[in-house]
Amino acid sequence: MPPAIQTEQLTKDFAVGFWRTRPRRALDALTLDVASGEVFGFLGPNGAGKTTTLKLLMQLLFPTSGRALILGRPAGDLSVRRRIGFLPEQPYFYDYLTAEELLEYFASLFGCPRSERRARTARLLDEVGIGSERRLALRKLSKGMIQRVGLAQALVNAPEVVFLDEPMSGLDPLGRRDIRSLVLRLRDRGCTVFFSSHILSDAEALCGRVGILARGRLVACGRLSEMLAGDVRGWELIVSGMTAETLAPFAGRLTSTARIAEGRHALEFPRTTAPEALIADLASAGARVVSLTPVHPTLEEYFVEQVGRGGAAQRGE
Amino acid sequence: MSGRIIGLVAGAVFRESVRDRVLYNLVAFALLLIGASLLLAQLTAGQDVKIVKDLGLSAMSVFGLFIAIFIGIGLVSKEVERRTIYSLLAKPVRRSELVAGKYAGLVLTVLVNLAVMGAMVYVVLAWLSWGQPAEVGRSWDAPATDPRLLVAMFLVFVQLTLVIAIALFFSTFASPLLAAAFTAALFIAGHFTADLQHLGSVVKSPAVALMSKGLYHVLPDFALFDVKAAVVHGQPIAPNRVALAVGYVVLYSGGLLGLAVLIFSRRDFK
Repeated sequence: MPPAIQTEQLTKDFAVGFWRTRPRRALDALTLDVASGEVFGFLGPNGAGKTTTLKLLMQLLFPTSGRALILGRPAGDLSVRRRIGFLPEQPYFYDYLTAEELLEYFASLFGCPRSERRARTARLLDEVGIGSERRLALRKLSKGMIQRVGLAQALVNAPEVVFLDEPMSGLDPLGRRDIRSLVLRLRDRGCTVFFSSHILSDAEALCGRVGILARGRLVACGRLSEMLAGDVRGWELIVSGMTAETLAPFAGRLTSTARIAEGRHALEFPRTTAPEALIADLASAGARVVSLTPVHPTLEEYFVEQVGRGGAAQRGE
Repeated sequence: MSGRIIGLVAGAVFRESVRDRVLYNLVAFALLLIGASLLLAQLTAGQDVKIVKDLGLSAMSVFGLFIAIFIGIGLVSKEVERRTIYSLLAKPVRRSELVAGKYAGLVLTVLVNLAVMGAMVYVVLAWLSWGQPAEVGRSWDAPATDPRLLVAMFLVFVQLTLVIAIALFFSTFASPLLAAAFTAALFIAGHFTADLQHLGSVVKSPAVALMSKGLYHVLPDFALFDVKAAVVHGQPIAPNRVALAVGYVVLYSGGLLGLAVLIFSRRDFK
């Protein structure tokens, strides 16, 4: 089975300047595979090239070089568009249509019969949490409601692959929770979800794999669990039978000490300190070891490190 | 190109336009103007039917023009500016189908509006002629509810389909403001193409003569559609004049829409 999404050396330059234009590279040789049924998080700071990538996949932009395939066929192919859904960043729809009318209109573009259109529209609007607002003109809806309508229209053809550009943007915590559970439901149905975000907690909650984009280049890509398991930042040791006074001699070897219960402490120490020697010394001071856990960087720390490294590499440092 | 998709896009344009209050205001204003013509007719004995015909046809032309330009210039550029096009083009819709659908939608909108305005003109004329003595009727150049008015109204419609094609063409690459300026400029210049042809024959400079000749051939000839004076005075309109106008618009609009599709199909939406 071909990957659901595949890009090969996908590159996009924009002409900048008014009179003597020069190219500015927005996306640099992006090569990426997303397997069918996967939830893939496309992460990066603002201006990294996430939206440019999504627009190239939707053929709203034409690549300078390279190619993009969706479901084994060139992106932009009409047969591909029948099988995908797309939520643009900060979507905006027709002022004078209602959510119901918009969805019915979009469903009709897929050749959906009238009777089925009604039922599908109602079901999707229920699923994204649009109630009586569905009969209001779209210009009267809040940003969060529009985002939900945007998500519903992306699913109107029961797509095999869904592209979501910053799907949590403009949503309150309840809305974000709803969208997260919707994405997980899509995954359970076997739908491939490709979503861009700069909110890392969303990626951590939803994605099997992530790609990190910085200044148009893919600086990291892989399973979240593997990415974060690779480097041990330090260790967390839980001990009992110690007091603040008996721990004081060890302060220089620890990065932090926290009391978690009577006589029980959580001690953090750097990866340069050998756990065996420290445990032996603590034991001779009367400590009993409860647990020892390696501390991995959070996605945020990993992200900051990768983005910083990507920027430095581009500057030739 | 799929006729079904074009029809669906056209239907959405029609619905959006009809719900847009600007459109209602224009129609209301047109109706007001016809009302004003009635008032004017009270002051000019014997000439009322002629004035109503003249004013009615002019109002149809002017308000139809406003609708064609002000909605036409935003047909594509507004979709791009507001980013509604992102969702639409992710659906199985070719860019050419989008352009054709937008055009068809506005043509339908203008047609419905002209039909309403035309019906109003006939109602007013019928009301004016109702109960008039036979000798008054005989003094008119043509019957009050002259069916030839339909020919003039049809040519107003044909002219407006060309204006829509021009506005849509500019809308595919220019902002609404620029597209409005370009469309209005072409519309005005298009009424003076005969003068351009004449200029080419009287100037001494061959360069200016060549330029005026070139412009004469490139600019749309809007004088072709103006049969108002003839119809108001009850003169016949030759069928080949109507056929020529229709043929001209089919070719000119077809060319413009072809160019619009060409530009729009290669455009990046940043």
